[in-house]
Amino acid sequence: MESRIGKFWLGAGYVFLYLPILTLIVFSFNDSKMVTLWGGFTFKWYGVIAHDTEVVDGFLLSLKVALMTASASVCLGMLAAFAMVRYKSFFGRTAFSAHINAPLVVPEVITGLSLLLFFVLCQRLFGMPERGVFTIWAGHTSVGMAYAAVVIQSRLLEMDKSLEEAAMDLGCRPFQVFYLVTFPMIAQALMSAWLLTFTISLDDVVATAFLSGPGSTTLPIVILSRARLGLNPTVNAIATITVAVVAVGVLAGSLWLNRQERKRAAEQAAAYREGTLALAS
Amino acid sequence: MDLAKSLAKNRFARLLLKDWGKLTVIGIPYVFLILLFTVPFLVVLKLSVSETDGIHFQDLSTYADGVVDIKIKLSNYIFLTTDPLYIETYWSSIKFAALNTFICIFIGYPFAYFMARSPASMRPALLMLVSLPFWTSYLLRVYAWKGLLDDHGVFNNLWMWMGLIDEPIKMMHTGFSMTVGMVYTYLPFMILPLYANLVKMDLRLLEAAKDLGATPWKAFWLITVPLSKNGIVAGSMLVFIPSVGEYVIPELLGGPSTLMIGRVLWDEFFSNNDWAMASAVAVTMVVLILVPLAIFNKYQADSGGVRGV
Repeated sequence: MESRIGKFWLGAGYVFLYLPILTLIVFSFNDSKMVTLWGGFTFKWYGVIAHDTEVVDGFLLSLKVALMTASASVCLGMLAAFAMVRYKSFFGRTAFSAHINAPLVVPEVITGLSLLLFFVLCQRLFGMPERGVFTIWAGHTSVGMAYAAVVIQSRLLEMDKSLEEAAMDLGCRPFQVFYLVTFPMIAQALMSAWLLTFTISLDDVVATAFLSGPGSTTLPIVILSRARLGLNPTVNAIATITVAVVAVGVLAGSLWLNRQERKRAAEQAAAYREGTLALAS
Repeated sequence: MDLAKSLAKNRFARLLLKDWGKLTVIGIPYVFLILLFTVPFLVVLKLSVSETDGIHFQDLSTYADGVVDIKIKLSNYIFLTTDPLYIETYWSSIKFAALNTFICIFIGYPFAYFMARSPASMRPALLMLVSLPFWTSYLLRVYAWKGLLDDHGVFNNLWMWMGLIDEPIKMMHTGFSMTVGMVYTYLPFMILPLYANLVKMDLRLLEAAKDLGATPWKAFWLITVPLSKNGIVAGSMLVFIPSVGEYVIPELLGGPSTLMIGRVLWDEFFSNNDWAMASAVAVTMVVLILVPLAIFNKYQADSGGVRGV
């Protein structure tokens, strides 16, 4: 009885989660001006967006900003995570922790507005920066580093500290300890933090709308301005490409993780075998 | 030589030399956040009480003839707290966010429960299917509902073709369409913490309850629900706080009757060009979010205390 309700509830839930995405994909192949009436199968909207400079330029800009944001967020987030996990007491630690978590709960309209007003003030005082890639990057990174810090922090907390101490006892310099011991152990968390902040930056529309200037329109801004006006088949085509890329990426990622895990398990087993052999002899 | 000596004498310099590693690790992200998060917010705070002269803001304090003159303009705040439209907007933002949270609990709790009780081999796949939509654009997922709920959208067309209705039902640009969009967007934020909580539960407790004569329903309410309280609170926070300040969903799916504070801030800034007013709205919005956050922190501190005993 319970399992039947369970199956029904889960099934209905997944339909709710995936039905909108499926309709987006289906109607991207629709050969009709009316977006929701089926008028035959076509690829023409993909041709249209490939020649749409607004979409192509917006995508390239989004990609550039996302690459910059993800890299900076992971570096800064890693430092912040180390500060929180390794230094239990320093001047202003509570304020520091509040600062790291604040961007996660503050609505994006506020982040965008406050940064824009700040940059306007800076421009009046120092004559820079112009609104553009730099200001968008700064806004995305201030949020992204908070997410990266959370992800990396949880990995650092569960990490075995005695390995670092052992390396130190064996004569490693602090930088070597980081490079040879700590970094490989948190590499996976750094990777997922990078992917997470990359996606957040690629998706962001609200803060970007405040921070972008003329001539720096990212893809989400283009999508929002078209979606506001109503249904638009080119938006469906963009959505389908996004879903395809994400699906392939997630599949490849989980396969890679699986392989890594199996490799690690095999290595551990080999090390264990050698260890017991050495002990036995 | 002398320089090195005097450096060694200086306590601060010694600290700097000894702990430069610690200082860099803490200092770099700290400076970055203060510069790009705290200072901008202080700018907003200042502008919200500044006298405006066109688009130029006057200084808060002027110094002339040995007298410091501080001017603080509170009219924006007075307007915000007395204007009926603004009060209604705040109220309606809270109402929609609360409604969204309740519906997410109602759908998400059983969902997370059945996920956690499904065979262990299936759980990773079920979990991935919940988090997968996260990786696709949220803007596009909200846009998708436009196509489904429009007067000439998929649902209306389908129902009319089936003969269930004669003319399209108005769903778009109403409270209904906005709520659907919000639940759709925030449901995974409710499911994931609840699942993480429920999957760790000790099932022997339920067996014990059964042995002692409790019906499954009673055991669920007396054991499972109280034990998953932390998951419910965490999920509610993750849903409620961002939905209060939501902009994209009310813009794309809401209508004239669905007032949301994030959208009002946007319009004050982009349509009315009233930067001071937008700043004042931003400050009041932060207050609106700090209240549930403070309750949450207090709750966490309290439950931590109970565990300590």
